[in-house]
Amino acid sequence: MSFLYDKSLSEIRSLLLAKELTVTEVVEACLKRIEETEPSVQALISVQAEEALEQARAMDEAGPNESKPLWGIPLTVKDLLCTKGTKTTCGSKILENFEPFYDAFAVAKLKEAGAVIIGKANMDEFAMGSSTENSAYKATKNPWDLNKVPGGSSGGSAACVTASQAFGSLGTDTGGSIRQPASLCGCVGLKPTYGLVSRRGMVAYGSSLDQIGPMTRSVEDNARLLQVIAGHDEKDSTSVDAPAADYLAALNRTDLKGLNVGLPKEFWAEGLDGEVESACRAAVAKLEELGAELVEVELPHSSYAIATYYIIAMAEASSNLARFDGVRYGYRSDEAENLLDIYVKSRSKGFGDEVQRRIMLGTYVLSSGYYDAYYKKAAQVRRLIREDYLKALEQCDVLVGPASPVTAWNVGELTSDPLKMYLMDIYTISLNLAGLPGLSLPVGLGADSNMPVGLQLLGKEFDEATLYSVASLLEEKTEQLGTPAGL
Amino acid sequence: MSITPERVAQIAKLARLELDDEKQRLFAGQFEDILKYMDTLNGLDTAGTEPLYSPVEQPTPLREDKAEKRFERDDIVSNAPETDGQFFIVPKIV
Repeated sequence: MSFLYDKSLSEIRSLLLAKELTVTEVVEACLKRIEETEPSVQALISVQAEEALEQARAMDEAGPNESKPLWGIPLTVKDLLCTKGTKTTCGSKILENFEPFYDAFAVAKLKEAGAVIIGKANMDEFAMGSSTENSAYKATKNPWDLNKVPGGSSGGSAACVTASQAFGSLGTDTGGSIRQPASLCGCVGLKPTYGLVSRRGMVAYGSSLDQIGPMTRSVEDNARLLQVIAGHDEKDSTSVDAPAADYLAALNRTDLKGLNVGLPKEFWAEGLDGEVESACRAAVAKLEELGAELVEVELPHSSYAIATYYIIAMAEASSNLARFDGVRYGYRSDEAENLLDIYVKSRSKGFGDEVQRRIMLGTYVLSSGYYDAYYKKAAQVRRLIREDYLKALEQCDVLVGPASPVTAWNVGELTSDPLKMYLMDIYTISLNLAGLPGLSLPVGLGADSNMPVGLQLLGKEFDEATLYSVASLLEEKTEQLGTPAGL
Repeated sequence: MSITPERVAQIAKLARLELDDEKQRLFAGQFEDILKYMDTLNGLDTAGTEPLYSPVEQPTPLREDKAEKRFERDDIVSNAPETDGQFFIVPKIV
């Protein structure tokens, strides 16, 4: 850990406030790191080097501001979060030249807190994918092995943070898109409770599932970012009007005595790869050593989660993505002769295959004659899945299980079989249906693959503080993964 | 029910998309697999279960019905593929 760029967000903050480092030095270190690693990792769609350096110089001139919790910290955000005056592509050709005129709520919060946004992270187009291979611009690689995928859809954010290009990144999670890439790349990723972070300015995929959350190299760094972006926004009707907890204060716990940890038996069953299971079981044993009580619980409707999720997410996507019509923003086909042509030709050329597949399946499940059989049915099962979680969480404080059934797979391995790719989301997806918070923490390298394994901690509504307190203690007891082997 | 390339073309039309023949055939096979997987939900009895459409079941917050200017016209049209600075321009409709 001798390089500036490898330090944690918390360390950099102390050094900046003590004037041992200037913002310019920190930003330059990240930009240099991006230059070195980006040709192989391909984590970013755009880099705002000049703007970042200009901002850094102005901040250095003004001097440190302790009241700003992210003062001078270089961060990136997933490229579906609107950034004022900076292109926001969603990984799609259809938004290649889209320049929002406002910041997403979460981005505005980061800026107010003094953060320097240095880049926009790559992603599966419109967040539809589990490997970051569905981007119209580039396929991000896993910093631990450049022949493997980083997971997705926030794979750009995960790879960027793991490769130490920035001290943190905001991703989004609709069915695991923060937790799964965090697991596959070996960083910390949190999906907050639905409603904790405003979705305004996040380009919508599945509106009842989407949440923005932080991706970082440590639990403490993660808590610092969530503290900044959580909070009520009157312009998002699903944003909950309640004060956020003190997440940093939650990190002071010294043991886990009195804490009940539930092991959902469906998460530890067939289909789970041996090396992932071993690494996760070893982590669970550490929780027990720390004083936690283990309880076996059941989530009986788990086997229906993937089907339920994809019906609901695709239905919502088909409706959300209807806004891309080639009229108000985005790509317009120059072959169009009438208005209907503009819609059809712009959308057909602008959207990639996976996005078209999901829009069409969503259209199908919402169409007359199929609505009740698919969409309404899925919404009913969704309630049963949520009730399972609430019941399990009556018996314990947190649930734990693997974040992904396997470690990172090879680039190209699953691209021709969309259903097989969907099935990879098995452990992350039901949480979005239930609206609850979840965190993925790196707990080791797989014995066979030498690739990172993430343990997922799932919590009660708006109880991110407990997730952080447990994860932070476990992190302390876990050997750090070290420098990613692919770099 | 089997998903034919013709059925795929029909769904594409509803979604304002157009697919070439090859993609219609590819999607037909993939949709068939995916929908078959989704049909597993039919094995579950959900009679009497109220659908859950959003995990936040709070009522929609209301505000006073008062007009408020939040955006500038220049900003709104700034990303339009074709505009005269006042309106979005599309081919003649009527």
